[in-house]
Amino acid sequence: MVTLKIDNQTIQAPEGATILEAARANGIHIPHLCYLKGLNEIAACRVCCVEVEGERDLVTACNNPVQEGMVVYTNSPRARKTRRINVQLILSQHDCTCATCVRSGNCQLQTIANDLGILHIPYETQLPHGRARMWTAIFPLYRDNLKCIKCMRCIQVCDKMQDMHVWDLSGTGGRTTIDVSGNRMIKESDCTLCGQCITHCPVVGLQERDDTRKVYDALADPEKITVVQIAPAVRTAWGEALGLAPEQATIGRMAAALRRIGFDYVFDTNFAADLTIMEEANEFLHRFQSGGLARWPMFTSCCPGWVQFLKGQYPELAGQLSTAKSPQQMFGSVAKSWFAQKIGVPPEKICCVSIMPCLAKKAEAALPTMATDAGPDVDLVLTTRELVRMIRADKIDPAQLPEEDTDSPLGTYTGAGAIFGATGGVMEAALRTAAWALTGANPDPEAFQAVRTEPGLREVDYELGGVKIRCAVVSGLRNARQLMERLKAKKAHYDFVEVMACPGGYVGGGGQPISVEDEERYGVRGQALYAIDKKTPLRFSHENPDVKALYDEFLEKPLNHKAEELLHTDHFGWDTPNARQT
Amino acid sequence: MSRLYIENPGQAQTVLEGLYRDMARRIHASPPGLCPVDMSLNFLRLCHAQTCGKCVPCRIGLGQLAELLEQVLDRTASLDTIALIEETAQAITDSADCAIGYEAARMVLTGVRGFRDDYEEHVRNGRCISGLSHPVPCVSTCPAHVDVPGYIALVREGRYEDAVRLIRKDNPFVSACAYVCEHPCEGRCRRHMVDDGVNICGLKRFAVDHARPEDAPAPAEATGKTVAVIGGGPGGLTAAYYLSLMGHSVTVYEQRPKLGGMLRYGIPDYRLPQEVLDRDIDHILTTGITVHTNVSIGRDISMADIQKQYDAVYISIGAHADKKLGLEGEQAPNVISAVELLRGIGEGDIPDFTGKRVCVIGGGNVSMDASRTALRLGAEHVTVVYRRRVEDMTALAEEIEEAMAEGCQLLPLQAPARIELDEGGSAVALWTRPQLVGPYGKDGRPKPVGADAPEFRIPCDYIIVAIGQAIVTYPFEAVGVSTERGAIQADLTSSVPGLDNVFAGGDAVSGPATVIRAVAAGKVAADNIDGYLGYEHIISCDVDISPAHLTNMPPCGRVNLKDRHLSSYAGDFTLVKEGMSLEEARQESSRCLRCDHFGFGIFKGGRNREW
Repeated sequence: MVTLKIDNQTIQAPEGATILEAARANGIHIPHLCYLKGLNEIAACRVCCVEVEGERDLVTACNNPVQEGMVVYTNSPRARKTRRINVQLILSQHDCTCATCVRSGNCQLQTIANDLGILHIPYETQLPHGRARMWTAIFPLYRDNLKCIKCMRCIQVCDKMQDMHVWDLSGTGGRTTIDVSGNRMIKESDCTLCGQCITHCPVVGLQERDDTRKVYDALADPEKITVVQIAPAVRTAWGEALGLAPEQATIGRMAAALRRIGFDYVFDTNFAADLTIMEEANEFLHRFQSGGLARWPMFTSCCPGWVQFLKGQYPELAGQLSTAKSPQQMFGSVAKSWFAQKIGVPPEKICCVSIMPCLAKKAEAALPTMATDAGPDVDLVLTTRELVRMIRADKIDPAQLPEEDTDSPLGTYTGAGAIFGATGGVMEAALRTAAWALTGANPDPEAFQAVRTEPGLREVDYELGGVKIRCAVVSGLRNARQLMERLKAKKAHYDFVEVMACPGGYVGGGGQPISVEDEERYGVRGQALYAIDKKTPLRFSHENPDVKALYDEFLEKPLNHKAEELLHTDHFGWDTPNARQT
Repeated sequence: MSRLYIENPGQAQTVLEGLYRDMARRIHASPPGLCPVDMSLNFLRLCHAQTCGKCVPCRIGLGQLAELLEQVLDRTASLDTIALIEETAQAITDSADCAIGYEAARMVLTGVRGFRDDYEEHVRNGRCISGLSHPVPCVSTCPAHVDVPGYIALVREGRYEDAVRLIRKDNPFVSACAYVCEHPCEGRCRRHMVDDGVNICGLKRFAVDHARPEDAPAPAEATGKTVAVIGGGPGGLTAAYYLSLMGHSVTVYEQRPKLGGMLRYGIPDYRLPQEVLDRDIDHILTTGITVHTNVSIGRDISMADIQKQYDAVYISIGAHADKKLGLEGEQAPNVISAVELLRGIGEGDIPDFTGKRVCVIGGGNVSMDASRTALRLGAEHVTVVYRRRVEDMTALAEEIEEAMAEGCQLLPLQAPARIELDEGGSAVALWTRPQLVGPYGKDGRPKPVGADAPEFRIPCDYIIVAIGQAIVTYPFEAVGVSTERGAIQADLTSSVPGLDNVFAGGDAVSGPATVIRAVAAGKVAADNIDGYLGYEHIISCDVDISPAHLTNMPPCGRVNLKDRHLSSYAGDFTLVKEGMSLEEARQESSRCLRCDHFGFGIFKGGRNREW
């Protein structure tokens, strides 16, 4: 421990701690903007400058360690003035039309400028013009050159957290900006659309393509029957952005809100997650028992970021992906077939909308393999943030709404479907059903909880009905790449592997609400899903009564011809840009 | 009323003069990878500010050119804009009245023609094809990418063994380089922007002079693969060192009795004492390398046998053969080649030049070494004859200065014409043809042309020829190694095309170069041979580097190493350069700006901890 003084308070801090962390631990908050703990400690914005006695220049608090006897002033006249000027300089190259910005009220630059009481900018506004402000309007990820403050967080997140290196600095000098690395276009890049660059952006340099207008158009179309599905992870996070207490942010209130907005049917992706388990668990057992997993495991296929990653980085292994469609896409298929039949309308009349914690789902829904003659199985995909914007636009206060049930039949779910939203959840749900299939009896629903926990690699072997199954779970693409390299080097052998592209799984998805405090929320959100699982009466996908009805009335049984046609996909039916040559 | 008065510069002018010097140093320290169009624009702006305002092309034209370049950078230009830039710059070059205008436009013209692809990339895609790839200037300009800020921080802390260990991660010839490296790392040192580059080489010397000897780290698990290294110079031994650490079984073949190559047989002891070189070699050998000295490929063992016997072969022979003048009389016994002289001395064959007059032909580092060696062999008079000017010599400026300080006489702009022999066939004089410095050649140096002056006679007892070295390639050509202009052909991974398990690098491929480039080539070869053998070994160093001091030292002079000056150098081969004192090393190390922590460096993680 070292002893130092910050703003005349004597404090103790562990050796090696930065001035910023030491101050924060003692209730002194030094303003900062580009700093992102562990990922971006590069002192680029110079907002966290403080005065240190005996030093000639100001010192950045975010990346310099405390020293014994150090005397720091965070609010000396010189520190205050410098901080203010640096924020004003950033503002001079930022499009400050906050009224039309989706991050207004959730923007770190706005917060700092407001907190510092900056009421005018003495510098001329300098915004990029010409081709410098252009970006594709089609791609699900949108980069706004007028808003980007070049804090470099996106580069670091993509490099260090996801190991994808999609972003880099472009050019030098005063025109330096952030762009796709290697002078590529985003559409030609291997971006997996995990969206972590968005959720770690302090402003709105990056955001999802806004599809709310298209949803409003569908809602306004009297010919359309609007059907909405809510992904498991969405319910754990939407309340954060609406100021709801966790106990208020229930799926019942969300259903009520979606009906107020005008959706005709409110369903739950959890139902489709249960359905996915029926197909995927059976597919796994089939591939496992037929000896198809001797060298390589079967990989889960529910996360489109991961599917894109595998197809791009390890194309030779794309055949190891489960052919089961993701819950979103199974939902779309079933909604436009069984459900359409049930309500007696042609599938073309149904507009299938999904609310997802994810941007890659927007791309997944648009894949050529995810459509029939009646159009795409899922028409429109909104992120959790877009849902929140729609709720706010209609001035709906969910806290004041009654709890309403989701509609049947595509709204019924088990605890196993709910936990899909967290890392390990798909594996756990599949193991519950696989154990039942192999032994004829339900296991203890808590029997597989060792696959939960942090994003890093979890390896667990289970014995199910006398058969040993080697399982591995990982989330975050850096972790995924490490796992793949271990597999390739034959340092590990598994039968079944679950990967989700975002750390913590869907709950940490790139479409989730953004913490202006830079808090990583996936842990808390994951726990919310496990709580839902615990209090749901049914906890095995094979016990979902509506899933059973679907098989009885329509599909017959998992993996049969009809199920294959509707619920499985060909991962080779589309090309990934920039796939590695093998 | 006086008509004439003393003109003193005003206060503003004096301050501006200082700023000019600051700017010149700043340009000198430009990091590699800057946008060339942006730099052109800003050079142009500076040029435009120099205009007197009299003439149209310069006053208006340079301003309009700047506008056009700005459009290119702002993505508002089209390909026609580039054509207009070129036309306008040509018109200004053709019609500006004085150099302020036409030279400014010529710079733009050179750029628009020299990096037109970058102009076009800006116009088409709004992007630049350049970019900063390596964040720390000294690390990026060191061919072996040694972690310079890291070891300077360690020297500042007095952690000399750690400093040496850190350097050895990238360069096992740490001691030799501390004495004789050409230190390209200092060229772009960011400290130039403050006052002057850090004396990096001098600090490395301080570290190696104060570190206790250590064995190499334990090699990785044995792979059972065998590698032959041909040539025990800095490049070969570097490859051998890392390959050995990676767990491969390495055998070095060296044609001389001792290891070290040009470091031992080319560089005189007064610059690099043998025992300093031995420190590096002893350390390298602790990895368990097998060495066969006095073995010459093609004479004692054929290249074909080696290629068959080993899983991989690295050819790292040096440029030990000499180039001839092609002059009449060159075959005289007292006309000797510099490499032969220096090699003989390295082998203990020390001639006596007492009272003799020696002429050394050539302007490179070897010429300086030969001249200073001749003085030490007792020569009464040493004259360095060179056909260009002193400024155009390829030897390092400090080597030239030292040669002059020790008493060698430089005779520039004299092209050797013929050698006068006595009846016994011995050379008695060198005749030279006086030269006139002429227009610039492609290499950026002015070419000499024959002057209208009579031939010049330099009476002498010895003529030492130092006009370049060559490589003996025929033993390798026998197995299909291809050569071009006397150098072995290898690609950038050191792989020899057409030969599966043969790699080559260093002087053998590049032609005569520097120690650090041979080391860098050895490192590249080690990595690629390891990959060829089916491995991906990592070389790393676990030394932790102390955090940067919070703010930097204000402007402060650079510590330069001092030479020992004597009234006579005859017979004295002891080290000339004195290392820094502790006080000097502390001060000099504190001048390092820690570009690993400040600026672009920290963004890219500060350093590569492994390769």
